[in-house]
Amino acid sequence: MKNRNTPPGDLAIWIFIMAELSVFAIFFAVYAFTRANNVELFNESQLTLDRNLALINTLTLITSSYFVVRAVAAIRENNAKHCFNWIIAALLMGLLFLLVKSYEYNHHYSEGINLRTNKFYMFYFSLTFFHFMHVLMGMVILAANAIKTRAGNYTPENHTGLETGASYWHMVDMVWIILFPLIYVMR
Amino acid sequence: MTYQSQSVAKPYFIVAIALFVGQILFGTILGLQYVIGDFLFPEIPFNVARMVHTNLLIVWLLFGFMGAAYYLIPEESETELFSPFLAILMFWIFAVAGVLTILGYLLVPYATLAELTMDDLFPTMGREFLEQPTITKIGIVIVALSFLFNIGMTMLKGRKTAVSLVLMIGLTGLAVFFLFAFYVPENLVKDKFYWWFVVHLWVEGVWELIMGAILAFVLIKTTGVDREVIEKWLYVIIAMSLITGLIGTGHHFYWIGTPEYWQWWGSIFSAMEPIPFFMMTIFAFNMVNRRRRNHPNQAAVLWALGTAVMAFLGAGVWGFLHTLAPVNYFTHGTQITAAHGHMAFYGAYVMIVLTMISYSMPMLNGRKEANSNKSQIVEMWSFWIMTVSMVFITLFLTGAGILQTYMQRYTDTPISFMEVQDKVAIFYWLREGAGIFFLIGLIVYVASFFIGGDEPEATVKDAA
Repeated sequence: MKNRNTPPGDLAIWIFIMAELSVFAIFFAVYAFTRANNVELFNESQLTLDRNLALINTLTLITSSYFVVRAVAAIRENNAKHCFNWIIAALLMGLLFLLVKSYEYNHHYSEGINLRTNKFYMFYFSLTFFHFMHVLMGMVILAANAIKTRAGNYTPENHTGLETGASYWHMVDMVWIILFPLIYVMR
Repeated sequence: MTYQSQSVAKPYFIVAIALFVGQILFGTILGLQYVIGDFLFPEIPFNVARMVHTNLLIVWLLFGFMGAAYYLIPEESETELFSPFLAILMFWIFAVAGVLTILGYLLVPYATLAELTMDDLFPTMGREFLEQPTITKIGIVIVALSFLFNIGMTMLKGRKTAVSLVLMIGLTGLAVFFLFAFYVPENLVKDKFYWWFVVHLWVEGVWELIMGAILAFVLIKTTGVDREVIEKWLYVIIAMSLITGLIGTGHHFYWIGTPEYWQWWGSIFSAMEPIPFFMMTIFAFNMVNRRRRNHPNQAAVLWALGTAVMAFLGAGVWGFLHTLAPVNYFTHGTQITAAHGHMAFYGAYVMIVLTMISYSMPMLNGRKEANSNKSQIVEMWSFWIMTVSMVFITLFLTGAGILQTYMQRYTDTPISFMEVQDKVAIFYWLREGAGIFFLIGLIVYVASFFIGGDEPEATVKDAA
């Protein structure tokens, strides 16, 4: 067992996560600030969003994070086959998220709503799309983890790469957990 | 030098330095024209001097990048260059085209140059930094393609490393984004929009990859730290550069007629652009502190650390200074931009090319690892003179910029552009003084190549 005092995964990914979280933090702060000056507009526009779909997406990402946890647990028990399956399950959840989100985007566009409609939608599209790209990026990393698991590159003693991917995926999940109430629910 | 064909880098580096000298000479002329408007008029008008100053910079950096790649790629790929002949041929084509273009700027009026080069057939001239005649631009594309082909083939037949891959991506991006120089839409908004695809996506996008790769290479060589560790940092740094830099282009789109969301996107993403530069600083110092050996070429290590610090200051801090839309509303196009431009180009790209030259030139000249102590001491003097001068140039321009922003735009009783220029003239004089010191530093730098050549190579003991 490796030393548990250090964060799981590669230290470099934590620096990256920190940098990514700062970008989101600034985005959230600017959102909050702008909302404070346009409360009515934000509340009104917020009602047009589909909260049920967003809730489904929240549950989807949380579930996918759980699957990733299971994948790491599986490799620690030296079960590469289970590990691989859990990663695939997480990837499918990621895919479901992307599909639901794309459906939402399509719905807005068909109603003629876009970045330029008003300040709220500007933030809504920018923030969720930036997060969307992170889900994609996280899936690419998880897919790489899946390939390496399949190739037998991870052992119970050494699976830093998998932990690295898992850490990134949890960040993507966590950002959504903040994003969801902030944009869809909070009034 | 491990591979014979790496020697093609040498002429590239020599011409790069020669053009660098030209660039700084025109810089000092230009600096004087800020305060003595008709200095050298009509022989060298301000607009021509400025064009030569900026174009020489870009061309010599390109020479530097190519030289760096021709040295680095064979060594990383552990094989000889695919075609040294092609590299030398392209060198001559690029050198002749470059010199002819600069002579064209100097000898005939710009409009005549446009006529002579038949710009009307496919007009691309007349845009800042992309003033080159269309035919020169086509030449640049041919040189760039042959160059990419040459190093690409070298990579394919040899070992593939993260460093060479990142460098290759950066150089490919450089060539791809240059293609926007050929796109000149009628619509002025679109024109500006895509113009930035060249200018911004070069210096705040793909060039950062080139810089990261060269820095990583020199650090691997001079510190002996595990390649694996260095490559990991490189990946994180370039990922962050791209995330922040690509959308960060928005900070040029605030006032050119694009939709409002660019003010948000540009502000937020470009506010993060200092992060990768900060990481580079941490990275460079960390690796040098964890070094497993003392490299006898201490001058190269100094340049490597210097570029990491100065890039962070010039590109990161001075960029952040005026990148937020509400600030930029007042500072746009003032001397604050000039201050940022000077330190960022020097810190990031001039210094990274000089880092590579400093590291590789001793080997290209037949040394084993490093120049003599005497030569290195002179080189380190030039490092300090140039770097400190650049800090002062930047500070003086920042002073001028702050006053300009205030008097011309912020105060309740603004005064006109030219009146303000008179009032801040003292800063321009000081800047010119710092510029002269920079030129002296550059002369010392050139001298370092001719000093201590007959003395023995520096050893680790000297260096430690």
